[in-house]
Amino acid sequence: MTTSTNDGDVVHLHQPIGVTYTWSAGPGASAYLQGLTEGRLVGNRCPSCDLVYFPPRGGVCPRDAVALGPPVELGHTGTITTFCIVNVPFLGQTIEIPYVAASIMLDGADIACQHLIQGCAATEIFIGMRVRAVWKPADEWTTSFANIAHFEPAPTDSDQPAGAEKNA
Amino acid sequence: MSATEHQATIAADGSFTAPFELAYPYDRTIGPVLSRFFRGLAERRIEGTIGSDGKVYVPPAEFDPVTGSACTEWVSVADEGVVKTWTWHGHSGWALVLLDGADIPMLHRLLAHSSDELSTGMRVVAQWADDPTASINAIDGFVAAP
Amino acid sequence: MRDVAIVATSQARNTTDSTLTTPELLMPVLADLFASLESLGVSRSDIDFWCHGSCDYLTGQPFSFVSAVDVIGAWPPISESHVEADGAFALYEAWVKIQTGEADTAVVFSNGKSSSGPVDRIMALQHDPYVEASLWPTMTATAALSARACLDRGVITEQQMADVAVRSRADAIANPNALVRGIHTVDEFLAEPLVHAPLREHDIAPIADGANALVLAAGDVARAWSPRPAWISGIDHRIDTQRLGARDLSVASSATIAAQKAGVDQGHIDAAELHAPFTHNELILRRALGLDDNVAINPSGGALCANPQMAAGLARVIEIANRVTSGSIDRGVAHATSGPCLQQNLVAVIENR
Repeated sequence: MTTSTNDGDVVHLHQPIGVTYTWSAGPGASAYLQGLTEGRLVGNRCPSCDLVYFPPRGGVCPRDAVALGPPVELGHTGTITTFCIVNVPFLGQTIEIPYVAASIMLDGADIACQHLIQGCAATEIFIGMRVRAVWKPADEWTTSFANIAHFEPAPTDSDQPAGAEKNA
Repeated sequence: MSATEHQATIAADGSFTAPFELAYPYDRTIGPVLSRFFRGLAERRIEGTIGSDGKVYVPPAEFDPVTGSACTEWVSVADEGVVKTWTWHGHSGWALVLLDGADIPMLHRLLAHSSDELSTGMRVVAQWADDPTASINAIDGFVAAP
Repeated sequence: MRDVAIVATSQARNTTDSTLTTPELLMPVLADLFASLESLGVSRSDIDFWCHGSCDYLTGQPFSFVSAVDVIGAWPPISESHVEADGAFALYEAWVKIQTGEADTAVVFSNGKSSSGPVDRIMALQHDPYVEASLWPTMTATAALSARACLDRGVITEQQMADVAVRSRADAIANPNALVRGIHTVDEFLAEPLVHAPLREHDIAPIADGANALVLAAGDVARAWSPRPAWISGIDHRIDTQRLGARDLSVASSATIAAQKAGVDQGHIDAAELHAPFTHNELILRRALGLDDNVAINPSGGALCANPQMAAGLARVIEIANRVTSGSIDRGVAHATSGPCLQQNLVAVIENR
């Protein structure tokens, strides 16, 4: 329902538009989403160019315009390809600033995914830094990439994903 | 923009599906012409603008549909008029209502108990909201005139 | 003017409750389109321009059209565009692009998944946002206002509306893309209740999910790529005012102008595919375009039997182009509409030469 503010000469019309959809992620995203519910990271390989997509986008390789092939299990570690330190508050913000959003190339994937980096000072983060996934407790897992709370610096002598031992 | 997520279910082909609400909290500044019209509605008054062809537009035209020049001349019209066309579905109706004093009919809800009460050419009157806001929803809809 | 023709087409099977994403819906259509060109040695890299028609509000995903770019293999970077409208309007943009000389070939594609959300409510958002959309008038309700205006004015009858449905569903028997088809009678239809008075169920197209695509080419390229190109001899689109009450809803004045500009009256018309998702729309459009009783109307069964939003207009173009290419007709008219109550209308004349 519309409401309004009668502010001098010009009326402000508050007009929320809300529609409920039945969203389908499509069969191409099934392996990826199923994997998340089980604490696994699953991408899909293009049968033409061999690149591994994580997430599998719409189930299609944007270079070759062909359907992606079978699922590929990926590691829980990766490398930061670029990052951004967020210092400015904004509408809908859910994370305390400052925080770091990064593009992370998971081991075995060919496109970067986006997530938060925590567990170190923002000033210590660099491109090329090795990071690992920190999963939420298994009883909080849904079909969401947010099952991973954040990524943190990975010890260089171990690629063991944090939390995977107790959650698996 | 906000989005509400819900628990997913799995379709026959393996697709994960979920209900999903997408909402945009638009806050529109609507300019001087519609502002005057809506302020009038909040006070249970209906006003229109007059075009270069002498026609009275309700809701008001901001610019003349024929010449494109700004419409500056205003006129008050009645809150009752005639149904030019209508439809009925389930328990709700819609109509184009030509208000007395206007030349262009306006779209609004048609309120009735059943379609048996409705006909083209019937007289209707605005049913004002209990606490009208400065919006088109200051009018709940139109009901058969007594 | 450059000569431009439709040289290949492809349509997905329409469904009522697709689980596919936008790229997944489009992928088989484009694969089929290119398979049909491969025998001529034509590949994706031979296409100069790509234009897509779809609607984010239908998908429920802002910028959903960007994901469709994945389906056309946009690497190395390509020249592409999108219209937030039916694919027929993307066809118009591609035709203009070829006219400018910036492109000789183009792929036009469109998709619509009407089942993702409450399409009848979503389409309220195409109205004026302040004095009309705020009331949330449904697409079917506004169509019903137009139908009653026609009936009250005596320009059509309920019998004629039912006639349209009977003929469309019978013709749809031969169309695998149709979602409703069969042999019915006018008496049977008129005995049905009014669901959106004065509309009955047979007056309203069922909800459909679908996708389609075609290839446009200019002059000698068209002749090389098709043994019988479907030449677009005229195309135009016009729009009526957004204010519903300021229009005569028993006519489609913008369709009349578009038909004149496209040259509909410049020769015999064998068949017309009119984008008429409601029975009375067809009756309005036949008069607006000046089509007499000798013209075969909606031989595919029309949008009344398969109406994927944002793709049903381009489907009309494809149905006429296919008939020209197969030799079953020599000259036809394709029409597409957008907006409530036939507000905006595109008319194309498509012919053999």
